[in-house]
Amino acid sequence: MSAWKKHEIFEKNSLILIIGIVIAISIGGLVEIVPLYYLKSTIEKTEGVRPYTPLELAGRNIYVREGCYTCHSQMIRPLRDELERYGNYSLAAESMYDRPFQWGSKRTGPDLARVGGKYSDQWHKDHLVNPRSVSPTSVMPGYPFLVKNELTTRDMKDHLELNVLYGVPYTEEQIANAKADAVAQAMPDSDAAEGFEERYPGVALRDFDGNPDKVTEMDALIAYLQMLGTLVDFKLYDEKANLR
Amino acid sequence: MVKQKARYLTLEEGGFATLLLATVVLCLIIAGRTFDQVLAFHAGVVAVASAVGAFYIFRRYFDGEKLRAPLEIDGKPNYNFGPVKVGAWLSVFWGIAGFLVGLIIALQLAYPVLNLDLPWTSFGRMRPLHTSAVIFAFGGNVLIASSFYVVQRTCRARMPGEILPWLVVLGYNVFIVIAGTGYLLGVTQGKEYAEPEWYADWLLTIVWVFYLFAFLGTIWRRREPHIYVANWFYLAFIVTIAVLHIFNNASLPVSLFSTKSYIVWAGVQDAMVQWWYGHNAVGFFLTAGFLAIMYYFIPKRAERPVYSYRLSIVHFWALIFIYIWAGPHHLHYTALPQWASTLGMTFSIILWMPSWGGMINGLMTLSGAWDKMRTDPVLRMMVVSVAFYGMSTFEGPVMSIREVNGLSHYTDWTIGHVHAGALGWVGYISFGALYCLIPWLYNKKLYSLRLVNAHFWVSTLGIVLYICAMWVSGIMQGLMWRAYDSLGFLEYSFIETVDAMHPFYVIRALGGGMFLLGALFMAYNLIMTVRSKESEETVADTSGLVAAE
Repeated sequence: MSAWKKHEIFEKNSLILIIGIVIAISIGGLVEIVPLYYLKSTIEKTEGVRPYTPLELAGRNIYVREGCYTCHSQMIRPLRDELERYGNYSLAAESMYDRPFQWGSKRTGPDLARVGGKYSDQWHKDHLVNPRSVSPTSVMPGYPFLVKNELTTRDMKDHLELNVLYGVPYTEEQIANAKADAVAQAMPDSDAAEGFEERYPGVALRDFDGNPDKVTEMDALIAYLQMLGTLVDFKLYDEKANLR
Repeated sequence: MVKQKARYLTLEEGGFATLLLATVVLCLIIAGRTFDQVLAFHAGVVAVASAVGAFYIFRRYFDGEKLRAPLEIDGKPNYNFGPVKVGAWLSVFWGIAGFLVGLIIALQLAYPVLNLDLPWTSFGRMRPLHTSAVIFAFGGNVLIASSFYVVQRTCRARMPGEILPWLVVLGYNVFIVIAGTGYLLGVTQGKEYAEPEWYADWLLTIVWVFYLFAFLGTIWRRREPHIYVANWFYLAFIVTIAVLHIFNNASLPVSLFSTKSYIVWAGVQDAMVQWWYGHNAVGFFLTAGFLAIMYYFIPKRAERPVYSYRLSIVHFWALIFIYIWAGPHHLHYTALPQWASTLGMTFSIILWMPSWGGMINGLMTLSGAWDKMRTDPVLRMMVVSVAFYGMSTFEGPVMSIREVNGLSHYTDWTIGHVHAGALGWVGYISFGALYCLIPWLYNKKLYSLRLVNAHFWVSTLGIVLYICAMWVSGIMQGLMWRAYDSLGFLEYSFIETVDAMHPFYVIRALGGGMFLLGALFMAYNLIMTVRSKESEETVADTSGLVAAE
């Protein structure tokens, strides 16, 4: 009996064919994905990486909603020109709380992994409302509606609780005040701002969109953009200890 | 209509009616309690669709339609082609819609004023609409319709169920509507090619299980001892897409009354799972499924047997085993550990061989029938499709090499590569299949071969313009990013590289427009085919297509 004849078993039994297919397609995925969960070197040891504040998280969700990832990456590669153009290469630790990850696959616009602190809040606002006002040949869409839309904070607590379920280290206080903190971070003169500073020490607390009357989606998005890539201090980061 | 005697509700009718009515109730509860307007809208859409479905099941019952369509008429299988017809027409519709959105976003990149500064017309929301419309709506309907046709023909058996196949085709398209309108309204998971949110994912999961059973059920009824090679590929496509979909969309909603969910995987692991999914959406949705189409429609149209049975066995198993490893080549030089991306690269290069195995098997099927390329533009379209498959499965492994990827990644080269495969391979094999299917299903002669010829040339020129523009702009952008001046500074600011892209974005839009024009020719041709009075006397039986041995 030739070996080819043995293949008949797959051609005559649909269930055996399915089992064969499932085995064939399982191996690669298991070998590539599972070790990322138990190899300790996968995520570098760093100081400074913290979960997003409620306002940053809401801003991140707007970033996701508007499909910013279709044109902007958040992943600086360890190539000479990228280090000079964008800053230190990205670490896995820097996106450890990112659900979903937003590394992106296309740079129609520049990488944003370290855009935090590079421009002023006012620049970001002008740029998002009309990109051509600050960069005349930009092909980016304008997002003028962000300054008008009030930020939805109703279910902020549920957002944090779900993240805690996944192991993100929010404290009970942070969860309980999620909604108030989302507003407070963009309202430095409000009463709630003090509590925010206690719960998130050292985090930027200011009126990001320059509109003191309300907390808008623009506040949230700028708060997110301004913290991107700023958490790890690369003067202190021990590159050699994290070689893998 | 003469009413027949009352009859019992069949288990299938009762079961699906109950399921649909339960869906209506669930959707109404969600719509009533949510603060999220989009979720209320989507729940309403699903509720209406389910209610209409239940209504038709009951109407069918009260009209006393026959309990079950006969499995055979005069000793010949009584195929169930209704759902195939609907799926085929829907794919024509979604194809044109998807190509049109593609043209719009191509123009937006050349002329950003076309974003209109409105949320639902901006590039970031329209681009997922384009990719989902062409991959899942156009491609998905071609796959479902053709698979239902092919599996019945090659098994010489009627599909199981009277409701089941309809639920697959229509349920899948409800999923498409939910997903597409969701993107425009800002509901997305933000994972490429897996943008639909948690509730759309659940809907697709349920439809997909029905799809598997409709397909498998037909195989179980087969009157051929062997399962034909096209069906192996369809089965691999259905099973693997189920596995990929479930793991890549493992998310929990913020609440049952919110559109927003968070994925279980985070950061680097999410990246790995995403590209394991993403690349195998290419491998199993856009490759295995369409190879199945190749394995039925090319031999059928050329009236030649598949070139090599042994080659089909080897390349089938090699393709599905190796493809699944290729994902991490999307993550070279990223924070993914290098061992993983090296594995991805290695298997991507090996993958060249089984890919070309499929190409050779498809092309060599033409042995002794090459002259038909001159006279039959439908066959020509399918053969050129396989040639494009060969080209893009060579380009892919090259781009997966770390150093090449260092240049090509993040640039338009990737976009060009994808479109060589998508327009050339997936588009052309689908058009070929539709040009075959519609005349066969309606027992008509294709309205105009000259129009097919026109379609072929206008869209081929369109593809050439598209991919050449993207090669030039992609490689140029990659080189400009890394260019240094004589003093050792970066030579170009980012915006200078954006400016340099402009002419190529215009050429690309022109190419895309030509491709769309070709598809409009096809739609007209197919509509006229059905409306013409001329009928084809005999639609050849499938007897020439027993498993080659």
